Amino acid sequence: MNRDRTSRRLPVFMSFVVGLILTIMPLPEAIEAFRPNWLAILVIFWAMQLPHTWSVGTAWIVGIILDVSQGTLLGQHALALCCVAFIIVRFHLLMRVFPIPQLTAAVFPILAIYQFLLFWINGVAGVDTPLIVYWGPIISSTALWPVVIILLSNLRYGKRSG
Amino acid sequence: MVASRENNNSPGRIPALGLRFLGLVFISILLMYLDNRDDHLDTVRRNIGATVYPVRIIVDAPIRLWIWLGESVTSRNDLEQELAQFRAERLITHGRLQKLNALEAENARLRAMLDARSKVRDRTRVAEIMSVDANPYNHSLVINVGTQDGIFDGQALVGADGVIGQVIKAGLMTSLAMLISDTDHALPVEVNRNGLRTIVVGTGTIDSLELPFVVNNADIHIGDLLVTSGFGGAFPAGYPVAVVDSVTRIPQEPYAKVTAMPAASLGQVREVLLVFSSTNKDEEATEDE
Repeated sequence: MNRDRTSRRLPVFMSFVVGLILTIMPLPEAIEAFRPNWLAILVIFWAMQLPHTWSVGTAWIVGIILDVSQGTLLGQHALALCCVAFIIVRFHLLMRVFPIPQLTAAVFPILAIYQFLLFWINGVAGVDTPLIVYWGPIISSTALWPVVIILLSNLRYGKRSG
Repeated sequence: MVASRENNNSPGRIPALGLRFLGLVFISILLMYLDNRDDHLDTVRRNIGATVYPVRIIVDAPIRLWIWLGESVTSRNDLEQELAQFRAERLITHGRLQKLNALEAENARLRAMLDARSKVRDRTRVAEIMSVDANPYNHSLVINVGTQDGIFDGQALVGADGVIGQVIKAGLMTSLAMLISDTDHALPVEVNRNGLRTIVVGTGTIDSLELPFVVNNADIHIGDLLVTSGFGGAFPAGYPVAVVDSVTRIPQEPYAKVTAMPAASLGQVREVLLVFSSTNKDEEATEDE
């Protein structure tokens, strides 16, 4: 039982570490504004697949780590990711049966809400941000979503059958 | 197997989800409020920041390895050329330094006569910029030193050619610094030629700064060097900041439109100097250097 739990949690944990690496990895100035919200994508995926193990609590902890690594207001990403996780967990049964194109269309507004929360908090705290930084990540994250979901599903279900 | 086991017990119902969610939202808002208000959470931030340190090292490693490889396979010819260049530079700087020593002594004498505190040399510490992107919302970078090296919030960052920025969040082993090109950054400067004091503000573009408070009839020209004035306390005086590259005077406006180009190439630096200015707590350390 215990070993089963660790072996089940390891892929999720590793995916979050890789996500964090991708988030703070340097990118060329030109595509910097289009860096996908890797951790938001991961939270969406895992909350949808395993809502009993990975839901709002995990999302909150991931968000706090993101806040610290990016020097943003402590709790900003935590709150945004928490909301994302909440929406996903509420609708996870519905979303699981969506085919990939429809799921991608559903992920787009959720990512938009995530970015909106971040920007709203920035606005309240008085941080000025250009518009491209708002839309860039939403577009790139949505575009990458099908690829990521196929990769992660392989990681998860491949393990199960093997 | 795993998924089916999870689905078996009451599918779709996560116990106390709404309650947990509201609790976490409340904690987040409380944290943000406290964080925005004052610095009570600095130690918390530092401790959590230490857990992110390994990830930063992992991200930084390939780039460091690449640079190291590049250096290891440089041809002998290139190295010799570089060495010759360094020798020439060393000779020139040494020549200047001799003069500087004399000038420093003279300055100290004059200051003694005027009864002012002597403050010519600042203690510095070299830090490397980690190849880690920080906050996408502003111009910032991560350096590989922290509070355990004596770094503190607000410390000045200087490159080989001029001022780069200042530390905004000193962590335990790494710190976050804001570039002078950030829109939130303002820096008190003076024109080196005539001592005209003004403020340089970042524009959000890495190679441009603006001087919003220069009156129309002020004596400022293209090519003027701006140096830190030392007002405001964060930056020691006399470090080059930027060179004025355009002055537009509009007669009906109270202020002229002045832009300047940073003296340091903000996008390309790899090593920076952290200045412990002698007005800070390291007063004694300055004396024995």
